[in-house]
Amino acid sequence: MNIPSSILTMLAGIALTLASIWYGQNHGLMPVEASRDAELIDGLFNTMMTIGTAIFLLVEGVLLVCLVKFRRRPGDTSDGPPIEGNISLEIVWTAIPVVIVLVLGVYSFDVYNSMGGFDPEAAQDPSAVQVAMLPGDSEVMPLIEGASHPMGHQHLALGIGASPETAGKPADLTVNVLGLQYAWIFTYPDLGITAGELHVPVNKDVRLLLKAQDVIHAFWLPEFRLKQDVMPGSLQSELRFTPTRAGEYPIICAELCGPYHGAMASKLYVHTPEEYETWLQSQVANRPDQVQTIASTSDPNVNYLAPFSQQLNQQWGIDRALEHLHSQVHSQAQVHSQAQVHSQAQVHAQMDRSMELTADHSNLQQLIAHPAA
Amino acid sequence: MTQTEIPSSISTAHHGGTERKWWHYFTFNEDHKVIGVQYLVTAFFFYLIGGLMAAVIRTELATPASDFVSPETYNGLLTLHGTIMIFLWVVPAGAGLANYLIPLMIGARDMAFPKLNAMAFWMIPPAGITLALSLLVGEAPQAGWTSYPPLSLMTGKVGEGIWIFSLLVLGTSSILGAINFLVTILKMRVPSMPTNKMPLFCWSMMATALLILIGTPVLAGALILLAFDLLVGTAFFNPMGGGDPIVYQHMFWFYSHPAVYIMVLPLFGAISEILPVHARKPVFGYQAIAYSSLAIAFLGCIVWAHHMFTSGTPAWLRMFFMIATMVIAVPTGIKVFGWLATIWGGKLSLNSAMLFAMGFVAVFVIGGITGVMLASVPFDIHVHDTYFVVAHLHYVLFGGSVFGLYAAIYHWFPKITGRLVNETWGRIHFILTFIGMNLTFMPMHQLGLQGMNRRIALYDPKFTSLNELATIGSYLLAVSTIPFLINAIWSWAKGPKADGNPWNALTLEWQTSSPPAIENFEVLPVLTSGPYDYGLEEEEVGLPTAQAGSATLSSSPGA
Ligand SMILES: [Cu+2]
Ligand SMILES: [Cu+2]
Repeated sequence: MNIPSSILTMLAGIALTLASIWYGQNHGLMPVEASRDAELIDGLFNTMMTIGTAIFLLVEGVLLVCLVKFRRRPGDTSDGPPIEGNISLEIVWTAIPVVIVLVLGVYSFDVYNSMGGFDPEAAQDPSAVQVAMLPGDSEVMPLIEGASHPMGHQHLALGIGASPETAGKPADLTVNVLGLQYAWIFTYPDLGITAGELHVPVNKDVRLLLKAQDVIHAFWLPEFRLKQDVMPGSLQSELRFTPTRAGEYPIICAELCGPYHGAMASKLYVHTPEEYETWLQSQVANRPDQVQTIASTSDPNVNYLAPFSQQLNQQWGIDRALEHLHSQVHSQAQVHSQAQVHSQAQVHAQMDRSMELTADHSNLQQLIAHPAA
Repeated sequence: MTQTEIPSSISTAHHGGTERKWWHYFTFNEDHKVIGVQYLVTAFFFYLIGGLMAAVIRTELATPASDFVSPETYNGLLTLHGTIMIFLWVVPAGAGLANYLIPLMIGARDMAFPKLNAMAFWMIPPAGITLALSLLVGEAPQAGWTSYPPLSLMTGKVGEGIWIFSLLVLGTSSILGAINFLVTILKMRVPSMPTNKMPLFCWSMMATALLILIGTPVLAGALILLAFDLLVGTAFFNPMGGGDPIVYQHMFWFYSHPAVYIMVLPLFGAISEILPVHARKPVFGYQAIAYSSLAIAFLGCIVWAHHMFTSGTPAWLRMFFMIATMVIAVPTGIKVFGWLATIWGGKLSLNSAMLFAMGFVAVFVIGGITGVMLASVPFDIHVHDTYFVVAHLHYVLFGGSVFGLYAAIYHWFPKITGRLVNETWGRIHFILTFIGMNLTFMPMHQLGLQGMNRRIALYDPKFTSLNELATIGSYLLAVSTIPFLINAIWSWAKGPKADGNPWNALTLEWQTSSPPAIENFEVLPVLTSGPYDYGLEEEEVGLPTAQAGSATLSSSPGA
């Protein structure tokens, strides 16, 4: 048994490389990929896992060899060899991390670009203009205004916008998302639908515009590898993605937002076109005529009032979403019986909020009746 | 073969009437060694409190439902656990090591400003006790150790006020300590010690002190503005009044990212001391390891927004901070590879100190790898605020800082107490800690990737089994402190006596008695070799009789 150490080292190197490549592809640590963004990010992660596994095996291997081979034998009181350094070796282990960092940096940059991280549309939203023209909108309905329209003075690209392929094109579906303690409310401004769960058609370009009502929340879709903080106040954020796999996925709040942060969850349903149509019909069937009535009775001002009626529509929707929220909080309370009392308090807090909303509602009706006031 | 030549006449002067009494440790004492021990013992006390909180948190998380403590208490516990472990355990424990070791390592009689030093220590107990007591009176802060507004402005004024007050006091203490370390290292070295003969611990404490001085004032600014928002109703950070919560995040992380290095750099230094001694080899690449500390400190100041990749940060900012963060892997890699090359081919004594030092490298590297992954913006978007981050930060702060602190305690225990620890119990402690640490935190990587967010009391039942593993691991970690505590207390009181240099080490702190005399050195030592010249010189130098026992070890013709 006299194998030269250089051959042993080479064999160990080959084994380490193969093991790293295998594990980088087969770690099985990620949930399913429900969008193209998820595939891109997983490719990046697999690369990092391969490199990471190699470094891990190298370091732990060296430590283990030291532990076994270089431990002091009983009675040996001598010192080790006085090696104080080796410039070429030090250059090598400085240069290798530099190269790894460069590669990962460029790769990450590219993935981020493909996802739509640099979308200029997200930086300056054209639809902001219509909000700015409305009289007193920010006073009347801070909640709705924030939820449905980007602010005119917003210049930050917060979140993930259109990918280079879809840049410049309007999204197939835009949904406004409002985060509040402890629920998500989804409003479809073009369809007049409001819901406590998000329904989208598969293979369509979906754009979420996110706002928070009270504290910072974070909107997380693990199967889509997407997350974005949702801010109260004037900052609006955006997530744009194309679901590629029908199914039911969790929506999670990832930013600590209070004691029931862990209960702040919802569902994303990615539907086939037929399912989506069915869902749309069920939503529209429930829709009261109130909104259309207001819009049509104020004929002379119909164009002027269109945004208002749209907002009203959402207003109504939010009441419904709150109902949904109540039942949701109730069911949470049943699951987590310990938290029941507190959840009841939450329900009441939400009730209070919906009272405020009702007040806003009447304000708005006054405004519509006397637009000049 | 030692680093110094001390006139042998002084060895008789050691045991005069200048012994330390136990009650000195409970007074406003200006001796850096007393203060160092005060820091270490106080910090360890808070470690036990923070650990107890972690055990309660893990018990809550043993089941998916929120069924062990109330959700409010849970948030209080996670806030205090984070705050205590950072500001009352790792940071002050590092300061304790620095206090004890810096003057001894550079041949000084005390720190530059002894009175300031004592003041800095005595700020810690009141701040820490106030913070810990807030839980008992039901007013714990609940907004996490990051305390982001507007949540932190809405979760109870008393608790948040206590949190701000404690952090301001602890930050002030930290600044005073840092000034002292920096001036001492720069101005108080024995004349024969140029900077490139300084022990590496001093280099890393220099970098740490710089980071503290740059970062902490910004944190203090953020806390003061937050206090105004909380108590007076201003709106610096409150969006309800037109304030900007993102500005708080920038100010907070401007300190709190460097804080990671404030917590781990002292232990990088300690590991660089411990490995050569017990491997009987010179440290590999002294210059590279020394300057990489400064490089880490510099880069550590320009990466803070990597904690905000999913927050209100524009794309270009995300990219800049991604690259800057990844680059830290380079100086950190230089250190890790330097340590590996140091022990490679050595004669390793696998005692408790060495096991913890090697364990440090073994687990810290995992935190380093996940750290580079987290720097990548697209990947971070997925795992930010999940258990993947919890796993990463515990591999860095438990695997790094806590393993490093244990290694340091075992290594310098004979110097501090004049007695040897029981190595068997030390090894049991290491094995339990190593297994417990990995059992607790390894599953968290998978939890985070699969979709479990952090700071939650209730979770999806599909995550139950991995959480059970983590909870078992955390109990093992709790148990692992018992052999350490028994060993430390018993050895301090009754352990076999240690001579001045039981490890036969070359740095200056070992060239005086154990424990050192009140003035450290009777006659200031003169350097005759570098701090890590193991195996270099074979000829005998004039050894004081106090080191006679160990001298036989070092003079044996090896290599
Ligand atoms: Cu939340
Ligand atoms: Cu950081």
